[in-house]
Amino acid sequence: MTAYLRGFGSYLPARRAGNADLSARLGVSEDWIRDVSGIEERRYAGPEETVVSMAVAAGRDCLEKCRVGPADIGMVIVSSGSFERRFPGPAATVARELGLGAAAALDLPLASAGSLFGLAIAARMVEAHGCVLVIGSEKMSPVALSEPLDRGVAILFGDGAGAAVVSGTGPGARVVDALVQSDGAFAEDLRLGFEGALEMNGRSVIMQATRKIPRVIQDLLDRNQLPAAAVEVFLMHQANQNLIDRVARALNVAESRFYTNIRRYGNTSSASMLIAAEEWWAAAGGPSTGQSVCFAAFGAGFHWGALLAEG
Amino acid sequence: MNRIDTITQIVKEISGNDAAPDAGESLFESGYLDSFALPDMVSAIEKAFQIRIPDGDVTPRKFDSIERIAAYLESRA
Repeated sequence: MTAYLRGFGSYLPARRAGNADLSARLGVSEDWIRDVSGIEERRYAGPEETVVSMAVAAGRDCLEKCRVGPADIGMVIVSSGSFERRFPGPAATVARELGLGAAAALDLPLASAGSLFGLAIAARMVEAHGCVLVIGSEKMSPVALSEPLDRGVAILFGDGAGAAVVSGTGPGARVVDALVQSDGAFAEDLRLGFEGALEMNGRSVIMQATRKIPRVIQDLLDRNQLPAAAVEVFLMHQANQNLIDRVARALNVAESRFYTNIRRYGNTSSASMLIAAEEWWAAAGGPSTGQSVCFAAFGAGFHWGALLAEG
Repeated sequence: MNRIDTITQIVKEISGNDAAPDAGESLFESGYLDSFALPDMVSAIEKAFQIRIPDGDVTPRKFDSIERIAAYLESRA
């Protein structure tokens, strides 16, 4: 596998919803929301903003930052667990809006782990398609705020989109290895149909995530003979600050090595990991030469995985 | 120390609560454990009883009370 993460892009809606906007409606305190999730505010898309429009904005931002033209993209992968229609999925429309011509457009309806799976697939597809644009886009606010409100759901989710360009050639961070896994035994524990509310067995999600995420990261690092302490930064799906901290402790890594922005954006499902990557990349300029960055995600399915790249 | 005593001791250590819950009491609903403490308890049980608990068995239903945990361990014996 020879693939490079060329760079990242993102889009976040302008509207901010702080904990004060939710606490009275949910009958909980602002402090309780922050304590159980680490979230202080999230972004909500406007009525005119859609999974497609946010995906396009993030994709455009990514192409500009990577200095890659639409004609260079041979494939686009769009992950979304909140797209409004059964088929076609958003990928073909996103490709058209970005001017990608006849580039193959693949939908991944995987929710939270979708962008991690997208990166892993893209790393294998660059040989056939050249540059692959991976996008995670989610409009979760209608789900989070659907009546009757469920406080465990309403406090968590925000809207946004993230994007990455994966290429067969550099510059960028070389994809070293990826490990993606699934277990349908827990499919009913986190689900969202076209009708009705999001159904989440929070205890089951946390119990499985706290076991599976550290294990898949450790397995990936072990097979690449890399100690967790040697990883420059971990870029994880921003599900819950307490979960991220627990994964860090399980790996015996300082919590500060896990980049987090959940405080500002909430859980943006499959968009979150790429939004975090865009922010960290912009601030740090990507991993230093010879340094490693480890991505990880977990979500409905359950699907989970990790990806290792080095500068 | 019998199985119930060992589980009770683990629950007390993980919860930081010196008072022992009733064996049939829900560890979640009673406030002894929150969702994030439960994986720690499962790990402690694996260590104490020297077993590997498969992820498929790690469900709130099986680990919601000391009695249920004991029943699960009995099924694994």
